[in-house]
Amino acid sequence: METAGKSVPTIPGNTFLYQLKRKLPYIISYGILAVTTLPVIFMYLWLIIQSFASNMKYGLIPEGFSLENWEFLWMNIVYKGAELPSIWTATWNSLFFAGMLTVLEVLIGVMAGYALSRLTFPGREQILKITMILHAFPSIALLIATFYILNFMSLYDSLFGVVLVKTALQIPMTTWIIKGFFDDVSWDLEWAGLIDGCSRIKVWFRIVLPQVKPGIASVSIFSFLSGWSEFLLLYTFIVSNENVTLASFLQRLTSDPNMVNYGVLSAISIFYLIPVLVFFIFTQKSLMKANVGGVKKV
Amino acid sequence: MKTVINKWKLPAVMLGPFLILIFLFFFVPVILTGILAFTNMDSAMNWEFNRLLNFEKLFSDPDISLILRNTLLYVLFTLCINVFFGLTLALLTTYFMKKEQFSLLFRTIWMLPRMTPPVIYALLWIWFFDPSEYGLLNGIRSLFGLPPVNIIGTEPMLIIILANGVIGASFGMIIFSSAIKSIPEDLFYAANIDGASHWSIIKDIIMPAIRWPFMFVTLWQLLSLLTSYEYILLITNGGPLNESEVLALYSYHKAFQSFEFGYGAAISLVLVVIALVCTLILWKLFKVKDMIGPSRID
Repeated sequence: METAGKSVPTIPGNTFLYQLKRKLPYIISYGILAVTTLPVIFMYLWLIIQSFASNMKYGLIPEGFSLENWEFLWMNIVYKGAELPSIWTATWNSLFFAGMLTVLEVLIGVMAGYALSRLTFPGREQILKITMILHAFPSIALLIATFYILNFMSLYDSLFGVVLVKTALQIPMTTWIIKGFFDDVSWDLEWAGLIDGCSRIKVWFRIVLPQVKPGIASVSIFSFLSGWSEFLLLYTFIVSNENVTLASFLQRLTSDPNMVNYGVLSAISIFYLIPVLVFFIFTQKSLMKANVGGVKKV
Repeated sequence: MKTVINKWKLPAVMLGPFLILIFLFFFVPVILTGILAFTNMDSAMNWEFNRLLNFEKLFSDPDISLILRNTLLYVLFTLCINVFFGLTLALLTTYFMKKEQFSLLFRTIWMLPRMTPPVIYALLWIWFFDPSEYGLLNGIRSLFGLPPVNIIGTEPMLIIILANGVIGASFGMIIFSSAIKSIPEDLFYAANIDGASHWSIIKDIIMPAIRWPFMFVTLWQLLSLLTSYEYILLITNGGPLNESEVLALYSYHKAFQSFEFGYGAAISLVLVVIALVCTLILWKLFKVKDMIGPSRID
């Protein structure tokens, strides 16, 4: 031990300069990350602060606390001389849209995913290939034709119609992911069920489906959030006031050059952002937990 | 006969809704776009074929050179930001950052813009660059006694490239970090013992290992950038005076603002063809590189 201790000073590894040189790349990388990440944090932080401030000095420094910006929760906003629909109509529509999307997507995805993963039928390979190609297809370029179809089915300006379109756009991806979950379930479970006299469909429902519950939960969360955030389809295919969603509600206020009240806009944004933030905080916690423990639970 | 029906019943039922949706909102729109492109359908929804008139109109459109230039700039620069900034973030958070909690935290923060609904994300940019004194940037400038600037008005392309770049960078970051994490640790240990510099570790170990994800991200982003216009629509809406109009948004505007569905479909068709050609070219390019380049891990 002592000899080792004596030889330490001769190793260049212990001089200050060497240490600095060794650590420099790390210091620089932390620095770059901090500098690029700070603006992102600040933007979100300012959004929250501004919504509760009565006045922003230079548009930057909050002065005084007030709930004035949050009045839209109990009063309708007057905009261009006309009263906008209540925020609760928009919230309800957004919830309906996102909820409906989640139900349809998960239901159809689970059925199709199982069929593609476990059943044998002619054309399976082709359907798999098509599913793969579809998820890279620039579907947004087809909006005009989609408009024609919705119009033809008299589903234009109907939330349900847009739900169908959005489900169709997402279903190749969802099915592909869910198929992956089913692929991981052991065949033995299914055989055991069949031997015990269950039908194929009963085996699927009673035995296989519970195995993929966590996967389905995460798919549900993602499809709910994507429905909640959807803007373009709703903006294009919904015109009437009673079908307005939070996204269009906020967009109408944002796009008006005369409406520069960022206080109200940020309050509405925060209100609209709540489900996303909840999800964010929730998953962040569970991710951290998995990592503090050091071992990932299977 | 009965057994045949029984054999087919289950897959048919399970895949039915999936196939119907795909048929209705993918196949029919693709074919319909192809047909609509040769008509002059407007808001009256009449089918009147006008042969190649739409395409002639497109090539003699006075705005087309500006729009094509914008499209090229937008796709090229955003793609660069997406790929290289995404790669930088992934390298910094996985390779340089040794504390897993920190890197997770940074990556989560970078996911925020992606999870934020597009309307709010666009609002943040509009708010930051607002030409009036309420804008954040102008607020900061007025702190230093500088006059307000209108960057959205003078440099709209810069804003939309940055806004899309930040969103896309997080996509690259996720894919690249998981690819870097799947490199066996031993390689890094061995390189360290051999005294390899950070640069050579990145160049000789990490880059070859993430070649496929790199290709995937480039291709995927290229396709989606060519055909996506949601954030442009929200932030500048192509303005001022088509300064930030790209081809995809032009098709949208023609169809849903001036109700020239036939013309809009023709532009969409051109766009899809461009996307396919670009994909094919890149595909070939990457393949060739893959064959010529010798393996860099011995």
